[in-house]
Amino acid sequence: MNGLPVLSIITWAPFAAALVIMAFGRTRPQLVRWSAAIGVAISCVGALWIFRAYDQAAGGWQFGERFDLVPTLGIAYELAADGMSVVMVLLTAIIILAGVFASWTVKTRDQEFYALLLLLVTGVFGVFVSLDLFVFFLFYEIAVLPMYLLIGIWGSSGDVPPRGVFGWAYRRTGVGSKEYAAMKLTLYLLFGSAFILVGILALYVAAGSTSFSLLALEKVKFAPGLQSWVFLAFYVGFGILAAIFPFHTWSPDGHASAPTAVSMLHAGVLMKLGAYGVIRVGMWLLPEATHQWMWLVGFVACINIVWGALSAMAQTDLKYVIAYSSVSHMGIVMLGAATLTETGLNGAVFQMFAHGVMTGLFFALVGLVYEKAHSREIFKMGGFASMMPGIAAAFTIGGLSSLGLPATSGFVAEFLTFLGAWASAHPWWLFPGVIGAFLTSLYVLRVVRAIFWGPKSTDPHFQHLPDAQGTEWVALVLLVFVIVLFGVLPSLAVSPIETSTVPLLMRLGVM
Amino acid sequence: MGLHAYLFLAAVVFSIGLFGVITRRNTIGILLGVELMLNAVNINLVAFSRFHGQTAGMILTVFAIAITVAEVALGLALVILLFRTRRTAIADQIDWLKG
Amino acid sequence: MSARPDSLVLVALLAPAAVFVLLAVVAPLRRSGRLAALISIAGALTALGAAILAWRNLGEDIDVFRHVWAWLPQHEGVLATVGVLADTYSVKMLVLVSLVATLVQVYSLGYLSDEPPAALGRYYMYQSLFAFSMMGLVLAPNFLQLFICWELVGLCSYLLIGFWYRKASAARAAVKAFWTTKAGDVGLLIGIVLLWRMTGTFDFAELEVWAGSQQAGIAGISLIAFCLYLGAAGKSAQFPLHIWLPDAMEGPTPVSALIHAATMVTAGVYLLTRTAFLFELAPDVMTLVAWVGAGTALMAAILACAQDDIKRVLAYSTVSQLGYMMAAIGAGFANAGFLHLLTHGVFKALLFLGAGAVIHAVHTNDITRMGRLAKSMPQTAVVFIIGTLSLAGVPLFAGFLSKEEILGAVLAGGLTVPFVMLAVAAFLTAFYMFRVVFLTFFGTADAGPKGPAYEEPVHARGHHPHDAPAVMTIPLWILALLSMAIGILFMFHHEEPQFESPVWLTPAAVGVGLAGIGLAWLTFQRRSIDGDRLASAMGPLRTAAHAGFWIDDAFLFVYRSVLLVFSRTIGWIDRYVVDGIVNVMSAWTVMGGGRLRRMQTGRVQDYVFGVAVGVVALLIWLGGVK
Repeated sequence: MNGLPVLSIITWAPFAAALVIMAFGRTRPQLVRWSAAIGVAISCVGALWIFRAYDQAAGGWQFGERFDLVPTLGIAYELAADGMSVVMVLLTAIIILAGVFASWTVKTRDQEFYALLLLLVTGVFGVFVSLDLFVFFLFYEIAVLPMYLLIGIWGSSGDVPPRGVFGWAYRRTGVGSKEYAAMKLTLYLLFGSAFILVGILALYVAAGSTSFSLLALEKVKFAPGLQSWVFLAFYVGFGILAAIFPFHTWSPDGHASAPTAVSMLHAGVLMKLGAYGVIRVGMWLLPEATHQWMWLVGFVACINIVWGALSAMAQTDLKYVIAYSSVSHMGIVMLGAATLTETGLNGAVFQMFAHGVMTGLFFALVGLVYEKAHSREIFKMGGFASMMPGIAAAFTIGGLSSLGLPATSGFVAEFLTFLGAWASAHPWWLFPGVIGAFLTSLYVLRVVRAIFWGPKSTDPHFQHLPDAQGTEWVALVLLVFVIVLFGVLPSLAVSPIETSTVPLLMRLGVM
Repeated sequence: MGLHAYLFLAAVVFSIGLFGVITRRNTIGILLGVELMLNAVNINLVAFSRFHGQTAGMILTVFAIAITVAEVALGLALVILLFRTRRTAIADQIDWLKG
Repeated sequence: MSARPDSLVLVALLAPAAVFVLLAVVAPLRRSGRLAALISIAGALTALGAAILAWRNLGEDIDVFRHVWAWLPQHEGVLATVGVLADTYSVKMLVLVSLVATLVQVYSLGYLSDEPPAALGRYYMYQSLFAFSMMGLVLAPNFLQLFICWELVGLCSYLLIGFWYRKASAARAAVKAFWTTKAGDVGLLIGIVLLWRMTGTFDFAELEVWAGSQQAGIAGISLIAFCLYLGAAGKSAQFPLHIWLPDAMEGPTPVSALIHAATMVTAGVYLLTRTAFLFELAPDVMTLVAWVGAGTALMAAILACAQDDIKRVLAYSTVSQLGYMMAAIGAGFANAGFLHLLTHGVFKALLFLGAGAVIHAVHTNDITRMGRLAKSMPQTAVVFIIGTLSLAGVPLFAGFLSKEEILGAVLAGGLTVPFVMLAVAAFLTAFYMFRVVFLTFFGTADAGPKGPAYEEPVHARGHHPHDAPAVMTIPLWILALLSMAIGILFMFHHEEPQFESPVWLTPAAVGVGLAGIGLAWLTFQRRSIDGDRLASAMGPLRTAAHAGFWIDDAFLFVYRSVLLVFSRTIGWIDRYVVDGIVNVMSAWTVMGGGRLRRMQTGRVQDYVFGVAVGVVALLIWLGGVK
């Protein structure tokens, strides 16, 4: 496969499928689904291939492609992948494959739904493989914007009663409705984008306005003052997508309102774009500022972990629990990155992967439970395990990964992060991390018990609930398999991740 | 008469036109005000052209007059259309642009 | 046979793992029930055979065989390995684990014969996973693998306690067990991380070398040892983290025998034995271990006297015996604790399985509703009494020597008060166990206040309890004979302990045991002492014991009234303050827009006026600039 532009194929295959769907799918729902499946399957095969073919001994950027777009401004379509990208591309491919099957039963406007979903995925792939920051930003926006329509049209509204001194504002903004969630999410992320754009342009200009390429910018040594504020811009900009405290409140509302596949993709992959951006662009290009600001990144991450876990405990809506758990787990990612140690950074990237798969599984399951029981109220359900054993088992495995049980990928990620935290300049970071993991075990098992265990609920709506059927199994089996596989054989992912984190740490001068 | 006299005249005509545009209640009157403003500009162009010895200004003025005719035709057509739909030619009552 | 022990233990480890994967992946096989059971038993038997062979081939006590594979890479090296470590501790423990696992799996065939096939298959899948994880724990050559398997056995415990998940109490008990042990595991995890930072390794062998080069009491080692001990305390049900174990009896009785008596709960003791070299560096933590162990032993013995549920009596007795083992380790004689671990594993499994046979026959756990079962279930009665005698520390039975050794060890460690506590606990142990024996198997016609259970109409009128089928009694007899064989073997062949015991220790130990038996006989058989008066003589202690010393309530208070309330507060703040500020900003933006909107009158003339004013202003500004 030498010479084949494999990264472009991975990136644009879903887009091509989207075009096919828009052109021919108006009255053919099966065609829509199968072209989507084939499009993402091509990406999946490509992702698996680069995962296998990536030369770990050589490391660095591989599978490069490049042609100039606007030579006078130094904008080029430049793609390449390193170890971290390879793992992230694989994650994206897995999640979208599962997501396509998880949304098999979408009824309204399925043509547009799938087209937008695939467009979004193209953006995500693009971000993970672009080297040119201009194109990177372009893909980033492509990944963010379809979300507005996907949530606004196909989402579901919840009910958030206005309370507290700010209650009047809740009535005015319509908190709880899907339109509100879509708007909030989009505004938040575009607010972040503005910071990112400013940061990119500042670096571009400071480097002489000749190239947007990461490879060119990394050779420039930026002034410390510039580094400092640009890093903060990147941190806030990308961090909003990674749900850093206190910019995380879009996440529960957005994830709760979004349709299944969108929640999966958003919590599973899009939030990782934020962390990826902080590491790839922020930490890589601005080494001095990284040292300067890591205390802040780690501190906020600690708040994220504990705050998210406690908030998750307080929820009664299943989707909100999962959404807040994402806030907590993204804290682990940022904490790992902030440790500036090998184990910590490996843990951070591994957690991006592990949490992506796990939360994708969670949202797929919540979607299934909701589809069958038409309820997300945790404490109204009960005893579902006897009716839907498959869903119960998958949910339990997801939950166990979430609380960091060994033999699931969640454990490896958390363990590496904890090792890194104690070895970092701020050893006390270990404790919020560990406490967060413990709190996770409290709220996750509480949910499992409330929904699946115990005596059967007497509610007449919950008497005859089917287990997962047909294509619904695809997402569950695939994701459970990945969780366990990478938990048992973590070196599969850690080895490629190493090839990106070690150079980063050397660049930062801590290795 | 020097250039300044022509410019003064143009300024006076422009101001009268502007005053008319702002204050007239009837849309036809507003259109007439616009005409006056345009003609004030034309006066300026011709005057500059004459005193600087450049013919380009004259040519531009001819163009402007031609376009003004078209504009008046269009404007009157709009007014008639407005009158037909809203049964009024009073500008105050036409507030479709209101936010 | 001269296969290397490390290969043999690997076979033992992988057999149940293969069974688990097979049952987990091939759903029809799992749902077949009995076939799944037979495959699982075959796996356990393979493991048992390999373990025994490995024990035989191990040879000298000091031999250590190990084999490791890289598991987690790091830059130019390996961060963590997995593998097997076969030495005298791990192989003996492996034999115990595989033996009890095999017997319990066979026994379960009879005990769970009423379960639907799918549930039975699920049960054996969990059993195989447990066997694999427990062996992985025992054979772990490093802290990381130990922790991994440590959590996995916790998972199995959770799944098996919750095996009857439709029962609300079982579901609650399962979660409680997981949470409580997880709380301890937080400590263990922190301890491992801290130790790695200090030494750069997880490996026991490397750590032992490192520990040998260190002075006792180096900075930080006490904290590390304490953290590791927290994990051990959670798993091995030490005060105050013992609360989960009695509730864990909601699981099927064979599970209680295997996990919550013989194997998993002893993991903490095993950990401390395995890492005794670390604890020797932290004498203050050792003292704590001993005191908490002795306190746990005494407390649990008192609580056991107040229970009417046969399984809960046994559960508290397990807690109490774990306290014994911990006390010995704390006194610095890990070998004594480890010996008791092995013998206790055999006779406590026997007791639980015997209790299971009784429960299976009379369909109740309440000993006050049983009586005179020795007549209808003679075999069960005999084996149960053998187990009881072992536990009470009567000579010729398995528990006698190991218990005496612990008492000697604690005394030799200079811990007089803990020694007295343990001696009292030994008396109580004999008392409460024989209370169970007399109430269950003997007694008069009016055995208890509520009468024998099998006469109650609820449970099968006209149904007479009888000994369990062979599939259940054979494992019982094997364990009973082993208990006696070990006891007798020890009388003749026994390594000298590393400490001197005073000559009065043996008579004293036997004496308190017999005294306990005597008191139980007088109270519950002869009835020459009124049980109620005896109980009321205890006064407030009795109330406290019935309330479990309010430890459960304390935890419940912390969970419900502190943690949940706190989390709800945080959740509220997140929703209505953090997000409230956002919504206020958004509302202000909307309102500001509403105000600004009024400037747009929609009248063309207003706009023209605005433009004109703008032009004039621009002209003035331009003039000013000039």
